[in-house]
Amino acid sequence: MTLRKYLVLAGITVFSPAGDALLARGMKETGGISLHNLHSLILAVFNPWVAGGILLLLAFFASYMSALSWADLTYVLPATSLGYVLVALIARFGFHETISPTRWLGIALITAGVGFVAAGPSLTPAHQLQRPHHDPVSQEAKS
Amino acid sequence: MRDAYAWLAIGVIVLASSTGDVLLSYSMKRVGDVHELLERRGLLAVIARVLATPTFFLGLVAMAVAFYSLLFGLSWGNLSLVVPASASLTFVANAVAARIFLHERVGRRRWIAAFLVAGGVVLMAA
Repeated sequence: MTLRKYLVLAGITVFSPAGDALLARGMKETGGISLHNLHSLILAVFNPWVAGGILLLLAFFASYMSALSWADLTYVLPATSLGYVLVALIARFGFHETISPTRWLGIALITAGVGFVAAGPSLTPAHQLQRPHHDPVSQEAKS
Repeated sequence: MRDAYAWLAIGVIVLASSTGDVLLSYSMKRVGDVHELLERRGLLAVIARVLATPTFFLGLVAMAVAFYSLLFGLSWGNLSLVVPASASLTFVANAVAARIFLHERVGRRRWIAAFLVAGGVVLMAA
């Protein structure tokens, strides 16, 4: 794993919750959407908060695609799950939702999970066998 | 009724996003290491290669379904319920799907990580 790859993982971690938070803020302004007024779901895209959220989620998507090109899905997902901790912190300090002790325990578990997967290989042998010509990545997974 | 809508949205998000994740991961493995390709051939080559992968578009469709379900869910439930609940279930669904469809070797370390994270996410929704 190079610094550049860690930065891509960090990008995934940050862009996704920040985008979700902007979306939530925008959707609260738009109000509840039901099956009877589905057209307002399309109009919601023009709300500035929702639009900002979409931009951030696009940045997330680009980083995510990049990471999936050199790491397993089961590595990328847990490795970037600190984002949910960020969502909780944004909910706490941005939206003034309360964080109970149980929720803090959840934050601790997620952080432990991230440590577990991040210490292991980013690509498993299944892909090395499929793509033996792809030396730099497979060598990295062995280390 | 608000809760029923929120959980309906969560169910659709889990199904759509794990389908999307598997399809996108499959596509990007076929494209190859983007960083290497970027250095050797440039950004346009990367974009062209991604766009030439049909499963990428199927993945995008699944992700779009997940995204609109998220908007739907967020309009009915709290950010701190909808996002953690759907994420937690997606984690488990993805670990199983990656093993079956992508043939990833989900070893002990990754199962522990997936369950710690999924468990943590459930506690956060409690």
